[in-house]
Amino acid sequence: MAEPLLEVENLRTHFDTEDGRVQAVDGISFSVEHGEIFGVVGESGSGKSVTARSIMQLIESPPGVINADAIRFKGEDLLEKSPPEIREIRGGEISMIFQDPMTSLNPVMTVGEQIAEVARHHLDTSESSGFWSEMKRKYVTGASHESESWRRAIELMDMVGLPDPEQRAHEYPHQLSGGMRQRVMIAQALAGDPSLIVADEPTTALDVSVEAQILHELLELRDEFDVSVVLITHDLGVIHETCDRLAVMYAGELMEKGKTGDVFEDPKHPYTQALMKSIPQITDDREWLDVIPGSVPDLVDKPAGCPFRERCEYAFEGCTEPLVEYDVGEKHTAACHLHSDEVNKELTDRPAAPESHEGPSEQV
Amino acid sequence: MISRLINTVSRRLTGGSETHLFGIRSNLLERFSRILKRDRKAQVGLSIVAVVSLIAIFAPVIAPYDPMSQNFPVMQPPTFTGAHPLGTDSFGRDLLSRVVFGARLSLAVGLSAVAFGTLIGVPMGLYAGYYGGWVDDLLMRMVDTMWAFPALLIAILAVAIHGQSIWVPIFAIGFALIDDFARITRGEVLSIREEEYTLAAESIGMGKFKIMFEEILPNAVAPILVQYTVSTARAILTEATLSFLGIGVKITTPTWGSLLRQGRGFIQQAWWISIIPGLIIMITVLGINLFGDALRDAFDVKESGGT
Repeated sequence: MAEPLLEVENLRTHFDTEDGRVQAVDGISFSVEHGEIFGVVGESGSGKSVTARSIMQLIESPPGVINADAIRFKGEDLLEKSPPEIREIRGGEISMIFQDPMTSLNPVMTVGEQIAEVARHHLDTSESSGFWSEMKRKYVTGASHESESWRRAIELMDMVGLPDPEQRAHEYPHQLSGGMRQRVMIAQALAGDPSLIVADEPTTALDVSVEAQILHELLELRDEFDVSVVLITHDLGVIHETCDRLAVMYAGELMEKGKTGDVFEDPKHPYTQALMKSIPQITDDREWLDVIPGSVPDLVDKPAGCPFRERCEYAFEGCTEPLVEYDVGEKHTAACHLHSDEVNKELTDRPAAPESHEGPSEQV
Repeated sequence: MISRLINTVSRRLTGGSETHLFGIRSNLLERFSRILKRDRKAQVGLSIVAVVSLIAIFAPVIAPYDPMSQNFPVMQPPTFTGAHPLGTDSFGRDLLSRVVFGARLSLAVGLSAVAFGTLIGVPMGLYAGYYGGWVDDLLMRMVDTMWAFPALLIAILAVAIHGQSIWVPIFAIGFALIDDFARITRGEVLSIREEEYTLAAESIGMGKFKIMFEEILPNAVAPILVQYTVSTARAILTEATLSFLGIGVKITTPTWGSLLRQGRGFIQQAWWISIIPGLIIMITVLGINLFGDALRDAFDVKESGGT
């Protein structure tokens, strides 16, 4: 198999705050293949968004510091790139879709112009994207509606399923609905012809019916543009619908990763199992949903060992050891010491190994 | 009537729905005309600004005589009709002609002084607000220092170095206005840079410089423009003060301030030489301030429910 498109090795991002060091992402590794949709799922504050922004190097520093053994994109380490090279990659090779389409578009520019701008930056259009010509476009003449970049914008708006792209391109973000704005964001992300899109909770701010449309759109565009997608969400349903593989994050660490089907059917990590149990089922006759007792640990000066041990029903003394990822299946790993060889040997006497939960295969 | 005119103009200018009028959203002119329709103050303000601007632009056409010629009887009282409607001054110059040309100079000085303040203050505020940290500290302490210098002091300094000329009040007043623009811009930028679209701009590969001027500045234009208007009124007043004190333009240059100054010695014999320019300054400043208020309303998106 060819080398993966994106390889993140041992990414650690922390923020130095007055209260101490917040280790938002604590040593995670994963890879994204060509044309794949890779899901990252986790609770609020588990470090999903920080992971996304670390890949793009959009962490404000100070207070943020990105450390990693490597973040390899197409075989090249992004951490060794110079700022101008990074700016070329942002939007041109890797682009990002943000959570809230209400605030991620500039309110004083037409949506067409905001898409065209990206095309001018990253594609070989005949138009200059120098500072003064952009200033002239913004403050004096307005964008040309005959230009190559404008035509590209309209073409993209059509492809992401915006009706009437010719008219819509002239409108301002406040004139569009949330779903349409998110489509504009997607068009903007595609405008530089990237090979990877990092979508940070792209549907969280939308209602469910629009969410379904947008996800469907993402799946189609993946094939059409041959892009890979890193889809970040807290919604297991979204992951189940769209992702080829997924990683479960908790308190800045990867708990489990594997193919979507495998993880959903046979979750190996107690945290993943607990997550699955807390999903309401349409066939449920439970009166109360299962919840995970306790809350996410404080990330300030986080102690070593499994961050989930305080809430885990299988916790044992080995949980304070630093986490290791164990292979638990084909391309399926779980960071839980219950899967270590010693424990397994011990457990052959006792039958109390974490029961694989009967995975919910249907989503609400 | 005026609002209909503005509507037509705005449609002409924008060719329908879309504009990039200084990066401001298209319906600004529409909204302004709506405000004009219901707001008497705005109507008065706009009328005064329009009339004074027209007088300033067409001064050579409107003025009946050369403002410098001294061929008329000395100190004629205003008759409001006839050859010298506003009378003549102590050198026998036609006061109406001098006031008309004075409009040109006073407005020019006012507008260019504010332009000077804007051109320096706005980029300072942008940098300070966007970069934060030590850049912010450095620039804002500079602004604080500037704040401590009144325009008067700078004008005296400039006159001492450069001698009297029209550039002295422009520089002195402009310098004193830098801090206003820097502060206002910084305040706006501080809130805008937290908006997700600046992060989005970064995520599409824009550099900090481009983000500042292309993404953030267009969102801060509204308050800056309002400040520009209000500052122009203040600049005209300050110019009058400087000229009155004799540290502005040359005494022969007919700005409104220097007209005031010339009448100072004759206030008991010929009140009109100083009172008339004084009244005109007052009306103009009032008009500009009213206009500025209307502009502020037009920009105030919260009031009209849009974002």
